Amino acid sequence: MTRRVEQVFRDRNLMLWGLLVTLAVVVWLSALITEFDFGDGLASFPRALGWLVANFVPNQRALNNLPSILNRLGETVVVSVMATVLAALLAFGLALLGSRTTRPHPLFTPVVRAIGSLGRNIPVVAWAMIFLLAFGQTFVTGLLALLLESVGFLTRSFLEITDETAAEPVEGLRATGAGWGTVVAQAVVPTLLPSLTSWMLFMLETNIRSATLVGLLTGTGIGFSFDLYYKSLNYPSAALVTICIVVVVLVLEALSNALRKVIL
Amino acid sequence: MTGRIRVRRFGADSIALAATLTVLVGVTIGGFFLLDLKGLNLGQATAKMFHDLGIMFFSPGADHFTLPEMGWGLLFTLALGLLTTVIGAIPALVLGLLAARNLGPAWLSWLLRGFVAFVRAVPTVLWVLIFAVGAGLGSVAAVVGMTFHSFGYLLKAFSESFEELDEGTLEALKATGASWLSIVTQAVIPSSLAAITSWTFLRFEINFTTAVAMGAAAGAGGVGFDLFMASGFYFNLHEVGLLTWGILATAVMLEWGATRLRDTARVRS
Amino acid sequence: MNVLEIEALSKDYRGVPALNSVSLTVKKGEFVAIIGRSGAGKSTLLRCINRLVEPSTGRIRVDNIEVTSLRGKGLRGLRTRVGMIFQHSNLVPRLTVIENVLHGRLGFKKTWAGLLGLYSLSEKQRAMDLLVHLGLEGQAHQRCDRLSGGQKQRVGIARALIQDPHLILCDEPIASLDPASAKVIMDELRRICDEQGITIVVNLHQVEVAVKYADRIVGIRAGQVEFNDAPKDLKKKIIASIYGQNHEDLLVEGVEE
Repeated sequence: MTRRVEQVFRDRNLMLWGLLVTLAVVVWLSALITEFDFGDGLASFPRALGWLVANFVPNQRALNNLPSILNRLGETVVVSVMATVLAALLAFGLALLGSRTTRPHPLFTPVVRAIGSLGRNIPVVAWAMIFLLAFGQTFVTGLLALLLESVGFLTRSFLEITDETAAEPVEGLRATGAGWGTVVAQAVVPTLLPSLTSWMLFMLETNIRSATLVGLLTGTGIGFSFDLYYKSLNYPSAALVTICIVVVVLVLEALSNALRKVIL
Repeated sequence: MTGRIRVRRFGADSIALAATLTVLVGVTIGGFFLLDLKGLNLGQATAKMFHDLGIMFFSPGADHFTLPEMGWGLLFTLALGLLTTVIGAIPALVLGLLAARNLGPAWLSWLLRGFVAFVRAVPTVLWVLIFAVGAGLGSVAAVVGMTFHSFGYLLKAFSESFEELDEGTLEALKATGASWLSIVTQAVIPSSLAAITSWTFLRFEINFTTAVAMGAAAGAGGVGFDLFMASGFYFNLHEVGLLTWGILATAVMLEWGATRLRDTARVRS
Repeated sequence: MNVLEIEALSKDYRGVPALNSVSLTVKKGEFVAIIGRSGAGKSTLLRCINRLVEPSTGRIRVDNIEVTSLRGKGLRGLRTRVGMIFQHSNLVPRLTVIENVLHGRLGFKKTWAGLLGLYSLSEKQRAMDLLVHLGLEGQAHQRCDRLSGGQKQRVGIARALIQDPHLILCDEPIASLDPASAKVIMDELRRICDEQGITIVVNLHQVEVAVKYADRIVGIRAGQVEFNDAPKDLKKKIIASIYGQNHEDLLVEGVEE
């Protein structure tokens, strides 16, 4: 009997060690492929910290740029909100078509899932560079890139909640003879609206974070500001931009968390 | 009985909901009026967009690289993602234990989470560019820069998983006089193993996408960089299409893997 | 007069049979209880009647109207005449009690009125009267997800009653309730049947409840009707066959061997 128990523990330990060894090998291979030197990586920390403290601090000259920075920040926030709201509308429509609770036909479901997958598995940067070719350095490029990414994520989440949470109220209302539109308006929307809004707020947080990246690539918004100062070695101004971004993100996060607690 | 009969109610939750939606929709509508199109012809641009998408998705091809080279680029990007995931996960695991409110002091949890909130508020690309000043635009800056968000995300996820552990189990173990370290290694980690693996793989999925982005925006190499060149330098839509297909396929496979892991984790718990 | 006629009803889900040639008639004003194990097909049977589930073959007539061929408006019209209550009440959780009751009138409205939820004063009055009758007057403006299981089920009954239905289908209405609430619900259903002449068909898994309240009991096993008679004719042996147990192993009171 003790032999068997020992065997179980030995097998478990063997498995654990096996897993750790595989992980170590994979990591070592990855470092090889990317030519990443762990030593360099570690050394970069104190070096970067030293540089940050010395150079990455806003000065008076940087503060003169504040108005234009805030302007671009505002633009970025507005575009993020637009992308989130429009994406939520589209995603909700897609979820109604694709969810087994409300779909007009089973064939819609795989199509809707495919659209969602396309949206979220093509990185937002890819979308940004694609739309840059057609829409140039205008807010439309960033808007569309964030929009598609958001539709991808929101459709998946909305599908899930429509499938699960809305199923019982929908059945209850269908049984009274109400039509499809009425069922959606009187059962689906009231049941899901708080969750939909909560997801929208979450997506907005994500989009504001992505917006900097998108702006960098498409020459719009706050990303453009950072790129401008960084490339011209104006690090104090770049630092100011960073600080502004951090403030906006943190404030939005706090607001979003508070709202979601009350809404749900 | 005459007069009106009220049907609906107006609690704090519905007011907050209505207010939030009004603000969001209001800003959206306002945005269309306030933002500057800079003389763009929307109709023309939209037509071009569909034309571009058509070429991209339906006639992919490559002039500046071969299929194996693209495969290598994908592998490179995956490797970047993997490195930053692992390097972020290890400290996240250790500190996540301390940040869990049922395992560590409350002030430490508060401090760690605050620190992480700040770290995550700085966009990843900015972290990478900051490190690139000292280390140059390459893998080192990319991996180190990406690790910040990786660490932050996983710290939050891990500590929350640890906090979900049954209080009774921990209490019972403490009552036997077991040390903190043995409780952690013999009870906490084994019970959370499924969740830990699931979260880590989820982050790997995100890190792959981020690695593509760093390749494009911060010169880190890999498919992201190829994509940046194809679209911004060569203006070769066939290449953009092929690269996008490659990235899409890889991302879908990762997502499938992450979902499988998450479902197994759910079933187990 | 037959309110409900089911003829050779079959339903299978991708080749797996759930109902196998079920035939059943229910007269006006009858209180019929359907008993059987979980998965025997009770829920499927009930849902075929108002087409929440599509029958595979067979015919169903409600008030002499062929149900299986109805579409669109006709189907919705049928559903307004057939009320239904569910195991989990199936209410809209964040809306008020009175609004959920009024939902029973949505099937009668034109699209716009339905979409916007416009109810007449007389409808609202009717809803309030029903709530008073069911003892929920004080909860009229409360969110439904704040109610107890028994209260939610009463809201469900009110929603069905406001339709002025000829027939009410009840899918395991007391399965999730404590004994006290369960009695309140079953008493109310019996009262509706006796006082208003509304035909009631209830799915139950508690045999004693069926014996106590029903005029007729239908026993279903593996999608087929095994018993269709008065409660006094229900013997333990038959129950055992329906539930696939030895009749010594059953906890059933008031039923002979």
